[in-house]
Amino acid sequence: MCKTMLLSLPLIVLPQVAVAQDHDHSSPNPAEVTAPVEEESADDPHAGHQAMDHSGHQVMSPDATAASSSGQTMGHAAMGHGSMDHGAAGDSTDIPQGLPPPEAFSGPLYAADAFVGEEEMAASRAAVAREVSGLPVFWFQADRAEYRARGGQDGYLWDVQGYYGGDLDKFWFKSEGEGNFGGELESAELQGLWSHAIGPWWDLQAGVRQDLTGPERTHAVIGVQGLAPYLFEVDAAGFLSTRGDVTARIEAELDQRITQRLILQPRAEVNLSAQDIPELGIGAGLDTVELGVRLRYEFAREFAPYVGVEQEWKVGQSADYARLAGEDPSVTNYVVGLRFWF
Amino acid sequence: MSTNPISIDRRKFLSASAGAASLIGLGHSIPAWATGSHEGALARKGSDVLSGEHLTMTVADARFATGNRHGPAVTVNGSVPGPLVRLREGQNLVVDLLNESSMGTSIHWHGLLVPFLMDGVPGVTMAAVEPGERFRYEFPIRQAGTYWWHAHTLQEPMGHYGPIIIDPAGGDPHQVDRDYVVMLSDWSPIDPHEVMRKLKVGEAPFNYQKTTATDDYPLSGAERRMWARMRMMPTDIADVSAPLYTYLINGHGPEDGLEFAFQPGERVRLRFINGSAMTFFNVRIPGLPMTVISADGQDVRPVEVDEFQIGNAETYDVIVEPTGDAAFAIVAEAMDRSGMGIAMLASQPGAQAGVPPLRDPPLLTMADMGMSHGSSGAAMDHGAMDHGDTSGGEAMGAMNMRHTSLLPPSVVVGPGVDMVSMNPVDRMGDPGIGLDNVGHRVLNYRQLVAANMNRDMRQPTRLKEIHLTGNMERYMWSFDGQKFSAVADDPIRFAFNERVRVKLVNDTMMAHPIHLHGHFFELVNDAPHGHQPLKHTLVVQPGGSAQFDLTANEPGDWAFHCHLIYHMHNGMFQVVTVRPLQGGEG
Repeated sequence: MCKTMLLSLPLIVLPQVAVAQDHDHSSPNPAEVTAPVEEESADDPHAGHQAMDHSGHQVMSPDATAASSSGQTMGHAAMGHGSMDHGAAGDSTDIPQGLPPPEAFSGPLYAADAFVGEEEMAASRAAVAREVSGLPVFWFQADRAEYRARGGQDGYLWDVQGYYGGDLDKFWFKSEGEGNFGGELESAELQGLWSHAIGPWWDLQAGVRQDLTGPERTHAVIGVQGLAPYLFEVDAAGFLSTRGDVTARIEAELDQRITQRLILQPRAEVNLSAQDIPELGIGAGLDTVELGVRLRYEFAREFAPYVGVEQEWKVGQSADYARLAGEDPSVTNYVVGLRFWF
Repeated sequence: MSTNPISIDRRKFLSASAGAASLIGLGHSIPAWATGSHEGALARKGSDVLSGEHLTMTVADARFATGNRHGPAVTVNGSVPGPLVRLREGQNLVVDLLNESSMGTSIHWHGLLVPFLMDGVPGVTMAAVEPGERFRYEFPIRQAGTYWWHAHTLQEPMGHYGPIIIDPAGGDPHQVDRDYVVMLSDWSPIDPHEVMRKLKVGEAPFNYQKTTATDDYPLSGAERRMWARMRMMPTDIADVSAPLYTYLINGHGPEDGLEFAFQPGERVRLRFINGSAMTFFNVRIPGLPMTVISADGQDVRPVEVDEFQIGNAETYDVIVEPTGDAAFAIVAEAMDRSGMGIAMLASQPGAQAGVPPLRDPPLLTMADMGMSHGSSGAAMDHGAMDHGDTSGGEAMGAMNMRHTSLLPPSVVVGPGVDMVSMNPVDRMGDPGIGLDNVGHRVLNYRQLVAANMNRDMRQPTRLKEIHLTGNMERYMWSFDGQKFSAVADDPIRFAFNERVRVKLVNDTMMAHPIHLHGHFFELVNDAPHGHQPLKHTLVVQPGGSAQFDLTANEPGDWAFHCHLIYHMHNGMFQVVTVRPLQGGEG
């Protein structure tokens, strides 16, 4: 019968009281604990002996190339362990590695199936294999969502990304864009990528980029994203547009912790082009360079307002295009924004 | 001895939840599993005692509150921890598990020798007990000592765990005046699935002890650059810690005022059980030496220490003889020293001892990187580097931390392996991260000697090497580079009664408490012949190795996993099978 005692805390195990003494076993013997043979063999009194015989065979069997007689083995163990130096624990060099003995492969693949039911166990096993092997996760991050004060009209910028997937393969999406308050959206793009882990720190990404402003274009994307030595977060991608234009973008960021919550983040971005694209104001070669630094405060890891400054240069032919359009090829942005993820 | 603030919280909560229920037209007559919502009564703190041959354990959704934190919980028989199951060696046990919660559940009897079908691991030995269902466990009690039980699902970190004490059939060899369970755990106010997701998508999101430009860590610029170059953190001691966790002793947070009574001069046994999800604890009682008499439920030759580190799922019984002061603080400091669990040994109600402040957080060392002293003679000056020293960063900076050619062919190299230990020396003598030089006696595995002679003293006939692998950045964990999903049909195989030496090599910078179900194994720790200590859970120190000898004498399929629950749930899980299933009759 179930006997429940409700006790006040702490868990008081009753003070030591005399218990029925079984003097045949006046102390608990852990060895009994490790030798379940007796219990297992309740319905066969000889099972224990068979087991021992069995083990005797195993000493001599499949991997026996390196096995000495069991007597010698025991002698060695006794001597070795007795005299072993501190620091040389368990010298296992004389124990051969090898395949398990054949009987280790006997019986059904899954031991519980015959007792619990094959279907029920298969479903349970599939669920558990999923649960203990890293469930797919969703992540969204606004790395930059900011107000940009600058000469002329102030603007805004977003740079967000996220993924859904497992450890090795994910659907990764990215979007960035910017514009002027009072003006129209200058640029906006959306990327949908398949992201595949190619090393401990790097993903290979491939997919499609859709430009949402200007002459709308679609690009094929191939790139890598990950963590470089010294903890630089790097995102580098090449783009091939439906017009045949080839461009590339490399971004790098570094989190420099000043305190546990105050973080300085230098950031660099370079855009490159293989050809002049006059309608987009892009010149061949180095197109634009951005250098910025943002200082954020992590009220929570997930929620961090920041201030910063970013300098953008159009370079070479791109600068010429800008001047022709009456724009300054060099712009300084003073930014205030919010970095968040969930 | 619960404190008043808690009863106030409970009243507040009960009235609030009753109001919410009536608003949506539901009474409490509909069980939680039927509504699918996670609500329920506020969990009581501490355990009732269940004993006898037929027990009933009922799982329910609940809420838990401690300090200023509150959130969802799971209770068994209404409390966190659940009931203390107190048994007698040699009895039979029947337990009816009733699931009144909203999730699948199970009970695993951690450390008990049971037929494998009674082991309580969904997907391996049973199907999860679904909401509204029941399951009957039935097995004989073949051993004595301190153990515990817990769900083998993500209900465990929510409160689904409790202690087990089995009194020896022949009477207790340890004469004590008082006998207490000290069950350590960590409780998060947010759901385990969400904790796990944040670990995956965030960058060590719960660590607020990282290196910064203004920290006081004894690291040179060169060492800091070395760590950055490796893309790893010397402060990566605990994945989840005090910024999220409240550390509990018997369900009581530090502010909950848990007391253990004693009279000066009494011998008191404290049965420490680490039932936490993700926390190693440094346990000490300032001013009071502890004599360790049992590890993982099995008696060891007494060792007097001032402190010990206890990995997840391990248990240690210690004897203390408090005298002199009116009170002593039991301090269970998280290994990363971000917080602690606290209880008082008090000679009269309300007696308080000073609680020492948290010590400075430790840092990972060269040894934790798998570059121990006395090593392979790679192209660097090991002689100048002491064990536990963090110097030499410049030299390390130039080194490859991922020499996959050092791995045996059994390890599958992929994105899930971010490091290979260059020189994984045996670290059985290590007291645990941060306890190298604390100025007093700290337990290590080499001090454990089985009190009684082991039965099987055969030399192992086979060596099985298993690598512990992972990727901190991606939060992937595995054995031999393979998550459970990749090897669910390829278990680790042992023949019945085979004597095997298992060598665990840790190719990560975290300590992993590795648990084999259904068996005790013997630590290979230089103990006198025949006295290797028996354990069910073994901590493998970062970058190092550890070995155990196993007599595989329990037929069936058994779980084998890291007991850091989010490591297990991200792949560090395997099945060990012992065949033939008929045992010696096969």
